Amino acid sequence: MALLKDPPSGVEIDMNKISSNLSEWIVDVTGAAGTNYEGETFQLQFKFGPRYPFDSPQVLFIGSNIPVHPHVYSNGHICLSILTDDWSPALSVQSVCLSIVSMLSSCKEKKRPPDNAFYVKTCSKNPKKTRWWYHGKF
Amino acid sequence: MNSEDDLFYNDDDSAHEMDDDDDDFVEMGIEPEPTSTNEKTDVEVFLYEVLTTEQIVQHMVDCIKEVNTVVQIPATTTRILLNHFKWDKEKLMDCYYDGDQEKLFLEAHVISPFKKTPNAKKRTTRATSAAVAASVQQEVTCEICYLALPATLMTGLECGHKFCIQCWTEYLTTKIMDEGMGQVGTISCAAHNCDILVDDATVMKLVKDPKVKLKYQHLITNSFVECNRLLRWCPMPDCGHVVKVQFFDSKPVSCNCGHIFCFACGENWHDPVRCMWLKRWIKKCDDDSETSNWIAANTKECPKCHSTIEKDGGCNHMVCKKCRFDFCWVCLGPWEPHGSSWYNCNRYDEDEAKKARDSQEKSRSALQRYLFYCNRYMNHMQSLKFESKLYASIRLKMEEMQQHNMSWIEVQFLKKAVDVLCQCRQTLMYTYVFAFYLRKNNQSIIFEENQKDLENSTEHLSEYLERDITSDMLVDIKQKVQDKYRYCESRRKVLLDHVHEGYERELWDYLDSA
Repeated sequence: MALLKDPPSGVEIDMNKISSNLSEWIVDVTGAAGTNYEGETFQLQFKFGPRYPFDSPQVLFIGSNIPVHPHVYSNGHICLSILTDDWSPALSVQSVCLSIVSMLSSCKEKKRPPDNAFYVKTCSKNPKKTRWWYHGKF
Repeated sequence: MNSEDDLFYNDDDSAHEMDDDDDDFVEMGIEPEPTSTNEKTDVEVFLYEVLTTEQIVQHMVDCIKEVNTVVQIPATTTRILLNHFKWDKEKLMDCYYDGDQEKLFLEAHVISPFKKTPNAKKRTTRATSAAVAASVQQEVTCEICYLALPATLMTGLECGHKFCIQCWTEYLTTKIMDEGMGQVGTISCAAHNCDILVDDATVMKLVKDPKVKLKYQHLITNSFVECNRLLRWCPMPDCGHVVKVQFFDSKPVSCNCGHIFCFACGENWHDPVRCMWLKRWIKKCDDDSETSNWIAANTKECPKCHSTIEKDGGCNHMVCKKCRFDFCWVCLGPWEPHGSSWYNCNRYDEDEAKKARDSQEKSRSALQRYLFYCNRYMNHMQSLKFESKLYASIRLKMEEMQQHNMSWIEVQFLKKAVDVLCQCRQTLMYTYVFAFYLRKNNQSIIFEENQKDLENSTEHLSEYLERDITSDMLVDIKQKVQDKYRYCESRRKVLLDHVHEGYERELWDYLDSA
């Protein structure tokens, strides 16, 4: 696929961690140059359900480095409308990754969402079960 | 036009689900207001009709046709436009002829049917490489499943985004079956960031499964009723009838299933209280605000760590179990300055302690006030629930009386008495909601007097109906019951008239804090 052959800068699939049935992927993303996240590497986990691509994949940050960002909770959940309400089956893994990198890039101040502590304590394990209230347009 | 007809008429296999339970003919005629006879005379008649699901679909098709006789656009586009204007035909016409048509189509998320060709072409070249390839008759890649397919198998809307037929079908099925088309009742193009809406004809063409088609029709009908101010589903479970009114108002309507409800809010008919206050009341009863009120009234917080403490005995020298803070239960100040003379708490008047006590006092009395009204409201509701039981026992009694030389017509007064009893209970129940939000003034005192009279006489009537009826006092009892229910009816009318008059002359003040 296009993502493997010709990945956009800062996005790379971790081939060793793709599950045998292809339903779980780990993608390494790097913060874009000239932004608050320059030089940092993050791991994104993609889980694809049986109805993918008509149903959106479950996407969250995992590993030791969770970006500090107003739309990313400390448990890795991401508040991004294309991951739930605005999902389109025409979106690819590549376009999702790019959206997330660009979301990171547009951040002016590195801080957690204001309701982080409460959300992390009470949320479901699956971010798709959260009724997101999108705080901004991205 | 044809396509719309397709959707709702010709579809023999699917459109017929709707008539399996409402097949029996429902009178379409206009029914008068179903309240008791002596109330109707001075109130202007509120006209409404009860429609079956089929009739609603017909009504929707008629609305579309009506617009289409004036506006020459495809019927499916008309439905999207009407939906956008919440089925307000006049508003649509106004915008269509007075405003910017391009803007109208844009806001309703459809491509203008007049500019079809140039617009679509322009978008195509820009939008997807797939569509460009289509014109050259090559194999193209569907951007959803990444299969290379002949261009003939690709399809899309006027926006020019093309995907393979199979993916489209799958996409629509997911939207219909899993997501119920969201809250807006529409499906947009499958491409990312494209908000052009899929029209009914396309859905019907692409979706093959009759179950999915059926669900789609349900969703369309539902969104038609939901966003139309003059229509409301009967709130009874599995009823499926719709009440259609001439103008929107808070009035009682009676469904064919027998359920009487308020057209404006869908709750049981709740005269004399208004929809807004009833809604607030129901919310108050449902949420936990009263639990927190109890906590505020019966507990105090540790002044240091704010743990909630209920004092169940012992002296006023408190030691918080959690943070070991020593404080005085009476004044909530630190224990130290109390010294040895702690029985006379000398810090009682300190501002902060006073404030704490005041606010506790306040929530305590607010709780008591709420419980007072809630208790009486619940009590009448509970009694109403025994209604069916009472009807059964009264039926027995009526049979028994017919054994005692009374004719069928002569014993009908008992059923009428139960009818009145239930009406009075229902009215009384809602008077407590009304009173809860009412600020005291001269009129409210009159109202409370009326309420007292009605409650008193209603209880008497209830008592009569539960008494054993023996043959020798039948005539006597009949007289008493009739007098009583007539009195109840008149008291109920007096109370309601007074409240209505108060509404008209703006005599009621409300407590906003309650």
